[in-house]
Amino acid sequence: MSDLILTPNIDGADDFYAELLATHEGLETAESNALNARLVLILSNHIGDRGVLSQALRAARLQEEE
Amino acid sequence: MNKIFEIPLYPYERSPDQDPPSVARHKVIVVGAGPIGLGAAIDLAQQGIEVVILDENDKVSFGSRAICFAKRPLEILDRLGCGQPMVDKGVVWNMGKVFFDDRKVYDFNLLPEEGHQRPAFINLQQYYFEEFLVNRVRELQAEGAPIEIRGRNKVSAVGTHPDHVALEIDTPEGSYNLEADWVIACDGAGSPLRAMLGKDFVGRVFEDNFLIADVIMEADFPTERWFWFDPPFNRGQSALLHKQPDGVWRIDLQLGWDIDKEREKRPENVIPRLKAMLGDDVEFELEWVSIYTFQCRRMEQFRHGRVIFAGDAAHQVSPFGARGANSGLQDTDNLIWKLKLVMEGKAPDSLLDSYDIERVHGADENILNSTRSTDFITPKSEMSRMLRDAVLDMSEHYEFARPLVNSGRLSVPCTYDRSPLNSADALDGPERTRPGSPCPDAPLGDGFLLPRLGDRFTLLTIDADAPDRIEEDGIEVTRLALSVKDDPTLALKERYLGDATSAVYLIRPDQHVAARRASFDETLFRAAIRRATGKE
Ligand SMILES: Cc1cc2nc3c(=O)[nH]c(=O)nc-3n(C[C@H](O)[C@H](O)[C@H](O)COP(=O)(O)OP(=O)(O)OC[C@H]3O[C@@H](n4cnc5c(N)ncnc54)[C@H](O)[C@@H]3O)c2cc1C
Repeated sequence: MSDLILTPNIDGADDFYAELLATHEGLETAESNALNARLVLILSNHIGDRGVLSQALRAARLQEEE
Repeated sequence: MNKIFEIPLYPYERSPDQDPPSVARHKVIVVGAGPIGLGAAIDLAQQGIEVVILDENDKVSFGSRAICFAKRPLEILDRLGCGQPMVDKGVVWNMGKVFFDDRKVYDFNLLPEEGHQRPAFINLQQYYFEEFLVNRVRELQAEGAPIEIRGRNKVSAVGTHPDHVALEIDTPEGSYNLEADWVIACDGAGSPLRAMLGKDFVGRVFEDNFLIADVIMEADFPTERWFWFDPPFNRGQSALLHKQPDGVWRIDLQLGWDIDKEREKRPENVIPRLKAMLGDDVEFELEWVSIYTFQCRRMEQFRHGRVIFAGDAAHQVSPFGARGANSGLQDTDNLIWKLKLVMEGKAPDSLLDSYDIERVHGADENILNSTRSTDFITPKSEMSRMLRDAVLDMSEHYEFARPLVNSGRLSVPCTYDRSPLNSADALDGPERTRPGSPCPDAPLGDGFLLPRLGDRFTLLTIDADAPDRIEEDGIEVTRLALSVKDDPTLALKERYLGDATSAVYLIRPDQHVAARRASFDETLFRAAIRRATGKE
């Protein structure tokens, strides 16, 4: 099983972050929330690996790995 | 014209058992003539075991409840001698559409696997289903099989004893007593027997109401399952449209929790709802309307000494996924051969505990699936609604989201992994036929595999040698010798051999795999037979 990457892994971190913010620009909170929900599902499908997804879900809750 | 569900099918008749002095003792009494009780009794009678079915009513299920019957129960019904009339009358369907808000988001084809005698699903009104079972009871009676149905015989008290069960029964002519070696309680979701034994259970009640309407209409909707999430005609709720035989359509409308049930059931309130859904110009007639609340729950144990629970009496699920009657028939399929061996003294009483283990496992799987469907259909929090809507929105554009849409995962039989009756897997074969699995069907020339299995233990050999018959401590096992060449489509090879070149399977009377290995080994197969009958 591969491990969730929790060290820097995005080239051009600032550019990516700006793109993420830009994607939400002009949206109401509800629309932004819906967009985030879609994004989570799209990324999850891309990852596919259930072990990595479980680690990511735990990591997002800021829970320590057992 | 009278509807089938208005005609008494097993009217009350006085039985000699009602005339004392002595209390009659029967081998098995089945309480409840619903789909599950009838299935249990037919199975027993076919095996020559004397059985009396008692039901407080005298008709089939009033109006329509179950409509969707899956392949596995149809295979079980084939073994019970009444699969064909069901399939002949039923509507076969594979296609479905999913709607969200005001638009269709996608359609699907169940694409059932080839090489099975029975379709993935049929739709058939529960009253037909029960009628065909009652017909089968009559047929068995005509052949002299020891089976009897007593209508308007309501069980009002039960007493359990080490060697029998005592019942008190109310009839239109007063009450009488009966005894039985065994009682199978198939008395439905509200099971009075369960309450009498103090085994009532709690579970998860879904705080929701569903209006279930069967309407008769001449409409040109195709034979498909249509499911709506949050449609304009039922805002914030769901809806389902599904075809049944005789131009009857099933409509489910989710209504929410805070409603006045009596009011919502009145035709003057139902009809405008249906018109909003079907369009103003569609002519229809209401056959049956009811409002249901659903629960997901099961008894802690299905076996209580000589009283054994099956069907809705033992477990209940929400109907999304069609798992009620479907799984109940799998209960009796699992139970009857075990009960027969125990009654004949060929297996220890503890074999019946494996019924408990295996079917509790099945019920848990069904409850899990049906709970997940309900959580998708009725999101319980703002975030779960947001994720649900995200899935639905994306399902219109991206294929990846479609498997996440859950409007009911249609019933498939469970594999009894970790059952005490299984022997360790000793074949490098396909996952789907590992010990505990229900045997998948396969074509064999002009017939099929499943009709050649069942009712008894079978040693299925594929390109392997074995004796034609073995007997181990009273259990007779007969061989069914096949070769991969018997099925040019190679489904048999794919489903039972995989990469292996030969296989020997020990198959239980309920068509589940008990053991398998590449070749016959007498000592090991004798041990497997002992294990499969609760002796090891
Ligand atoms: C709207 C709806 C849709 C459904 N759709 C599906 C579906 O598509 N597929 C599916 O598989 N399932 C479906 N189900 C579930 C299915 O209807 C039940 O699981 C099935 O009827 C259970 O059968 P049973 O024999 O266990 O109980 P029941 O059918 O409830 O039969 C119990 C019998 O016991 C009798 N009885 C009760 N008390 C006594 C007593 N004291 N003495 C004597 N007799 C007694 C009753 O008269 C009755 O005949 C649906 C249910 C509903 C409500």
